[in-house]
Amino acid sequence: MLIPFFYMLREGGMKTSITELLMLHDAMKSGLASQSVDDFYFLARSALVKDEAHLDRFDRIFGAYFKGVDDSLSDLLQEIPEEWLQLQAELQLSEEEKGLIESMGGFDELMKALQERLDEQDERHEGGSKWIGTAGMSPFGAYGYNPEGVRIGQQGSRNRSAAKVWEKREYRNLDDSVELGTRNIKVAMRRLRKFARGGAADQLDLSDTIDKTARNGGMLDIRMAPERHNAVKVLLCLDIGGSMDDHVRICEETFSAASSEFKHLEYFYFHNFVYESMWKDNRRRQSEKTSTLDITHKYTSDYKLIFVGDATMSPYEIAYPGGSVEHWNEEPGAVWIKRLLNTYPKAVWLNPEPKIRWDYTPSVKLVRDLMDDRMYPLTIAGLEEGIKALR
Amino acid sequence: MTESRFKGTNSYIATDDLSMAVNAAVTLERPILIKGEPGTGKTRLAIEVAESMGRPLFEWHIKSTTKAQQGLYEYDAVARLRDSQLGDDKVHDISNYIMRGKVWEAFDCIEQPVLLIDEIDKADIEFPNDLLQELDRMEFYVYETKKLVKARHRPIIIITSNNEKELPDAFLRRCFFHYIKFPDQETMAQIVNVHFPNLKKELLSEALNAFYKVRDVRGLKKKPSTSELLDWIKLLLAEDIPIEALQTENAQSAIPPLYGALLKNEQDVHLFEQLVFLDRRASPQ
Repeated sequence: MLIPFFYMLREGGMKTSITELLMLHDAMKSGLASQSVDDFYFLARSALVKDEAHLDRFDRIFGAYFKGVDDSLSDLLQEIPEEWLQLQAELQLSEEEKGLIESMGGFDELMKALQERLDEQDERHEGGSKWIGTAGMSPFGAYGYNPEGVRIGQQGSRNRSAAKVWEKREYRNLDDSVELGTRNIKVAMRRLRKFARGGAADQLDLSDTIDKTARNGGMLDIRMAPERHNAVKVLLCLDIGGSMDDHVRICEETFSAASSEFKHLEYFYFHNFVYESMWKDNRRRQSEKTSTLDITHKYTSDYKLIFVGDATMSPYEIAYPGGSVEHWNEEPGAVWIKRLLNTYPKAVWLNPEPKIRWDYTPSVKLVRDLMDDRMYPLTIAGLEEGIKALR
Repeated sequence: MTESRFKGTNSYIATDDLSMAVNAAVTLERPILIKGEPGTGKTRLAIEVAESMGRPLFEWHIKSTTKAQQGLYEYDAVARLRDSQLGDDKVHDISNYIMRGKVWEAFDCIEQPVLLIDEIDKADIEFPNDLLQELDRMEFYVYETKKLVKARHRPIIIITSNNEKELPDAFLRRCFFHYIKFPDQETMAQIVNVHFPNLKKELLSEALNAFYKVRDVRGLKKKPSTSELLDWIKLLLAEDIPIEALQTENAQSAIPPLYGALLKNEQDVHLFEQLVFLDRRASPQ
């Protein structure tokens, strides 16, 4: 009986495997979930879902399947637009008003009516007493008051009256469809590893011990060597603000993956393009700047330089003195990036914009020329290529 | 006394879904992976499961340098070399130099034990993959002595993760999974009751209100969690804070006393104070 459900989960984009399905069958055979549907739901969830980001999707598919609405999967995957539900106003209801809307019929009828109304309604709605939205008296929506209402997309609980566990969809804000997990980024970055011995000698150096013992006429002479560590040094320069706001998430992920993979990681921020200074703390960007010259002097040329930025700006910002949008720069950005590239021969530029869009922006072409074409898209494949260029 | 079902204990409130996940893992003898916000009682769960079911507990705390092999056994070659120089008789038996790890100890236990693998995400990214076979078959091979170590009873394995690294799919497929979501007000009241049985009802509900208000502030870097709440209530009791200090007409504009126990990050404290300040200006009394 579970096989159609299993396929529905897979159609719905969950990576449920046969092992997990068998595990669930096993668990049911031992009578774990014989008591109620709720028990079965809990059991199925803990056997089939392995990522809290998928819990909400599981809830929706479970709800749909066990009500027999298995034909409307595509509709279910379409989100109710967030804007309908955003909390804009709060309705203050008096006791009498609450009494007026005390009864709306049974739960099944509510669900049927919800489906109908979802079909009818195609705009955001707020207040009022019929349409789905927020802060109204309709039985559907959130932040409103209706004792038998169905809660949709509400954060935190108000009147606490939605019915079934999976329909509460408590895991809603954990759902994300980010393709690029940090695990993949980390695995890609591992290729940059270069091991070297350093630090305290705490491991037995076997070949040296045998060698020295033999020379010692058989008396044991134990030799120790320090453990191997990743010796790659990385200098990361991140574009921040402006057009980069759309890419904050992927930049954060790259950054967090990088900071846990490399022991020597230095990072600096810039806005749109590199000039005579960069900064480490975005909130004190005006007061605590580091001169770019100081950076090139402090970090030796065996550092690998990685820029992350969309390189989308006016070409003047790169090519002319005073082109910066934020301040008056005495020398053009192109001069500064050349200085950096002279100091750090191993350098790449990672661009979060998709590659097909690069040709439409003149500044991207300029940056690519300056970087000798070492610009790669910020995807797993692009990252791998970039890492290859860095080695 | 040995209990075969887990239903929470006198000092630990387990929600229905959590006990179901634990029971499924116990029945099928499969590992269970627990995730959740820091401070929601992930590590505590293993201790309570062991206690309520009357089983011995083995704790393996993972650090960034932990290798999978260390959980099984370690071969102390240096000690053996040294002994051979001194002419010690021990040296002829290699098993004298095999140090057992936590997993071996758990495998060797006479009754079915509970094995906690705490914060598995702290270790190297390949760590879970190195343990697949051992957790699946509950056996491993000791190359030095050419012996196969098999678990007498498949231990109840509880693994916790803080989500610092993602775990490989092959590993996840073998586990049951539970995400401890942040408890709602009712569950939270039960939890506090278990820890402070003599707490006055009004104080509890006021404290909970204040607590959830702090949690609802948008943009906090680290939201206060259950363990912070328990610490805070302990402080409130120790300082003998009157209920009135928690009750204010305009709850929005009040800073709860001793809020340093709830917010652990100076940026959060700053943000919170600013919001309260703005609220006060917006609604003068």
